[in-house]
Amino acid sequence: MLQKIYDWIDERIDLQPIWRDIADHEVPEHVNPAHHFSAFVYCFGGLTFFVVVIQILSGMFLTMYYVPDIENAWRSVYYLQTEVAHAQIVRGMHHWGASVVIVMLLLHTLRVFFQGAYKKPRELNWMVGVLLFFVMLGLGFTGYLLPWDNKAFFATQVGLEMAQQVPFIGEQLKILLAGDASIVGAQTLTRFFAIHVFFLPAALFALLAVHFILIRRQGISGPL
Amino acid sequence: MSEEKKQQVSRRQFLNYTLMGVGGFMAAGLLISPVRMAIDPVLKSGEGGGLANVGIAVDEITNEPTRIDWSVDQVDGWYESQVSRSAWVFKDENDEIVAFSPVCKHLGCVVSWEGSEKYPNEFFCPCHDGRYYKNGVNVPGTPPLTPLDEYEMEIKDGMLFLGDPKPHREA
Repeated sequence: MLQKIYDWIDERIDLQPIWRDIADHEVPEHVNPAHHFSAFVYCFGGLTFFVVVIQILSGMFLTMYYVPDIENAWRSVYYLQTEVAHAQIVRGMHHWGASVVIVMLLLHTLRVFFQGAYKKPRELNWMVGVLLFFVMLGLGFTGYLLPWDNKAFFATQVGLEMAQQVPFIGEQLKILLAGDASIVGAQTLTRFFAIHVFFLPAALFALLAVHFILIRRQGISGPL
Repeated sequence: MSEEKKQQVSRRQFLNYTLMGVGGFMAAGLLISPVRMAIDPVLKSGEGGGLANVGIAVDEITNEPTRIDWSVDQVDGWYESQVSRSAWVFKDENDEIVAFSPVCKHLGCVVSWEGSEKYPNEFFCPCHDGRYYKNGVNVPGTPPLTPLDEYEMEIKDGMLFLGDPKPHREA
């Protein structure tokens, strides 16, 4: 059945070159842990991406129950934690994944750094990677506020004070983030929600696409 | 020898099966909880609300359908509120109390007793001219296909208590 569907589509639009482009590429011996066990360090980038996929999936499902409104945000989180089957696990995936993704990202960065894999001609991909790192930190920062509990509130308070320390534009930057000159409240929460689920993920997807296309174009860096 | 080999799983097949197996296992592990969480409302058994005092004494109910409004506590996930409900209440020819839901069985507009001057002694829905006889049964040839729902009811201390709307006894 599946084969037939595949054949039907393949006959019309010639699928093979498409998945060949994606899946068919050489894995050099020095990055294959089956040849050299120490090559497992090359897995951290892929693992980062895997955790990102978990974050996207669990996050999508969490928005089915979450409301970004100061009256209901905490209550909706409490409701899904206590009343909805498996929701505790899904929020757990998102909560722990948020930390794991940063750890994986750091390990990946360290590998690239200590192997000197960022050197010419791969400087551009290093820069894209650094931007990805910032986007990830932004996702962590904005997501932290969403449960709207005390910890979230005061962490954001501190985070906004930090933004305020930026020279010259600090004050404006803080207001831009908080949505109000003095209150951390309703407008802050909706802003952080929008940034967390629309703006930063959009940036993340674009940067990831560039990151992956560049790897494919330039190939994996050679052995040490 | 070579015939025996044909029976064996080839290297390619083996790798295919293991990769699909491991991949499927990981995908399943990833998706089970989110999917279970998403379909939770479908699997939750809806507990019916209790009966509420609608604030009308049985003696006050006449043979003329009267609209009654009351409100019930509703728990909607994390949100608790009071929602208003209405019923058309009257005593039928056997002196039994009847409470019809005003929700039209066609597309859910609100029907009124003698809502149209053209059709006296009937419930009328203004949206598509749906009509019901006084006993709640839909007039054939008008849009609704089933009779009006009836509220669960109880009489306590001479007061009328209504619960959830249930299908008409003749439906």
